[in-house]
Amino acid sequence: MSILILAEHDNKTIKSATLNTIGAASQIGGDIHVLVAGANCDAVAQEAAQIAGVTKVIKADAASLEHPIAENIAPILVDLASNYSHILAPATTFGKNILPRAAALLDTQQISDIIAVESADTFKRPVYAGNAIATVKSSDAIKLITVRGTTFDAAATSGGSASVEDYSAPETTGLTTFVKAELSVSERPELTAAKIVVSGGRGVGSEENFAIIEKLADKLGAAIGASRAAVDAGYVPNDYQVGQTGKIVAPDLYIAIGISGAIQHLAGMKGSKTIVAINKDEDAPIFAIADYGLVADLFDAVPELTDKL
Amino acid sequence: MKILVPIKRVVDFNVKIHVKSDGSGIDLANVKMSINPFDEIAVEEAIRLKESGKASEIIIVTIGPEKAQEQIRSAMAMGADRGILVKTDAPIDLGGVEPLAVAKTLKALVEKEKPDLVIMGKQSIDDDSSQTGQMLAALLGWAQGTFASKLEINDGKIHVTREIDGGLETLELASPAIITTDLRLNEPRYAKLPDIMKAKKKQLDVIESSELGVDYTPRLEIITVNEPPVRKGGIKVDNVDALIDKLKNEAKVI
Ligand SMILES: Cc1cc2nc3c(=O)[nH]c(=O)nc-3n(C[C@H](O)[C@H](O)[C@H](O)COP(=O)(O)OP(=O)(O)OC[C@H]3O[C@@H](n4cnc5c(N)ncnc54)[C@H](O)[C@@H]3O)c2cc1C
Ligand SMILES: Nc1ncnc2c1ncn2[C@@H]1O[C@H](COP(=O)(O)O)[C@@H](O)[C@H]1O
Repeated sequence: MSILILAEHDNKTIKSATLNTIGAASQIGGDIHVLVAGANCDAVAQEAAQIAGVTKVIKADAASLEHPIAENIAPILVDLASNYSHILAPATTFGKNILPRAAALLDTQQISDIIAVESADTFKRPVYAGNAIATVKSSDAIKLITVRGTTFDAAATSGGSASVEDYSAPETTGLTTFVKAELSVSERPELTAAKIVVSGGRGVGSEENFAIIEKLADKLGAAIGASRAAVDAGYVPNDYQVGQTGKIVAPDLYIAIGISGAIQHLAGMKGSKTIVAINKDEDAPIFAIADYGLVADLFDAVPELTDKL
Repeated sequence: MKILVPIKRVVDFNVKIHVKSDGSGIDLANVKMSINPFDEIAVEEAIRLKESGKASEIIIVTIGPEKAQEQIRSAMAMGADRGILVKTDAPIDLGGVEPLAVAKTLKALVEKEKPDLVIMGKQSIDDDSSQTGQMLAALLGWAQGTFASKLEINDGKIHVTREIDGGLETLELASPAIITTDLRLNEPRYAKLPDIMKAKKKQLDVIESSELGVDYTPRLEIITVNEPPVRKGGIKVDNVDALIDKLKNEAKVI
């Protein structure tokens, strides 16, 4: 049995969710190979070769692969698929975009967002925003799976010594061309990998007021998250959204500020180790799952907390 | 330009679902059903393209039970022109027909209706698969613009802005294409009463799923469905000092 991992990277370094995906693969068992598809991505291939448990890196290096366009990457997966029992990708916007395209071309029913490996063909996955957990068994010859990073340990970034093999990518389809990206730049830790996350909701009230959240986050070395309502209102960019249809986080400490606790939000953060809620409404549903609740006006409590830390 | 909008009948997003005690599925008795929220956004986007003169006809399609006609009527009340129900008897408590089979069914309909654009949701809020649009694009050999927060169509050129983990990305897609919607694409309208009445007279065709030659045998066997472990609420602290004390000395997280 061999497992192929589709690596997420920016042509410079591997994204951390890839390491958790490799962690899931090691629970399935078998040889682990990593596909690095990109442009001038040799550094990434070398990095992948060092990851503990990886035995082979396949490098598809071509100008047309500079951006992870599904139409160009899915055919590579399809071409390589016959060598593998499983193909895994992180359940990030990268993996979610590409893997189903490959799955359909392989006539395979993908298993999305697994949170546990029961055996080589049976997996647990959340449905209904995590309000139910389904155990599903696949009858497909090759299993295509996306992996929820927060529920699998990351593979160690050193200890491996895999070979790197070149793969020449097929001509692109020309269906899709990259125009531009507007990426958030931040000195703060990456949201899905941070040890502490401070999140603000509609209660924060405005983009300017979000400075209160930022100050607390900076004091704690935390990443910043948000509810959908805060994103919709334009307080913060879309990539801050935590929840069922945003990012899944599971830090050691999650501080929800001015967030009511809708099920769609809880779906993205209830795996956190310790949850703190600061909300002026003592009946807010978030308090039902918070380890420590503080009923207070955030405009008083949060600056005080920042000062006293 | 003709637009096809696949929509799905799902448990309303406000409902707290209950897992059946024997682990066989979700209890749907007396539960409010709605259009999957992302699909409502897809319907709205199609209507806006029609209102701006770029689209000529909007066809709603769903693969599901007889009752899914309610959701098609709702979409027609918003402004879609006609609807197609591909009727299946598959239970829908765990998401109904699997994404691959839905994509194959939609492919058959695309070949028949020949739309220039398919706009659909990025994710069903019941099975949370987030697969069908990408799969349909693959089966048709079309371009895909997933998780869209902005869609611009000018002189046959499609520009789609996508919500990705790092921020936003804009792609240019060859036409015809598949678009899947994210939350920020638009805010769907509410249907007005006269439009709800008018929608009752719009054309709604019902096709038996057996007519399309798609194999609906599930590839994934559901072994069991369980409630997730419940997270117990903790305590309320009186003030900021007490909170800091707990975080330092009890939870030891700061
Ligand atoms: C298809 C779909 C997908 C969704 N996906 C997501 C998702 O991924 N993530 C997500 O978060 N949501 C998601 N939602 C939205 C979700 O249902 C809620 O609407 C949203 O989470 C509410 O955000 P909020 O808690 O910030 O706002 P509200 O529910 O408005 O809560 C604001 C809270 O702030 C408190 N507050 C106000 N002022 C103060 C103050 N001065 N001090 C202290 N507290 C104050 C209030 O008491 C209230 O509890 C989704 C919804 C749908 C339909
Ligand atoms: N049974 C169905 N009938 C019509 N459209 C569907 C169906 N299932 C999924 N879709 C479409 O595919 C999108 C993504 O669904 P999913 O892949 O299940 O998360 C939905 O938002 C719908 O637009």
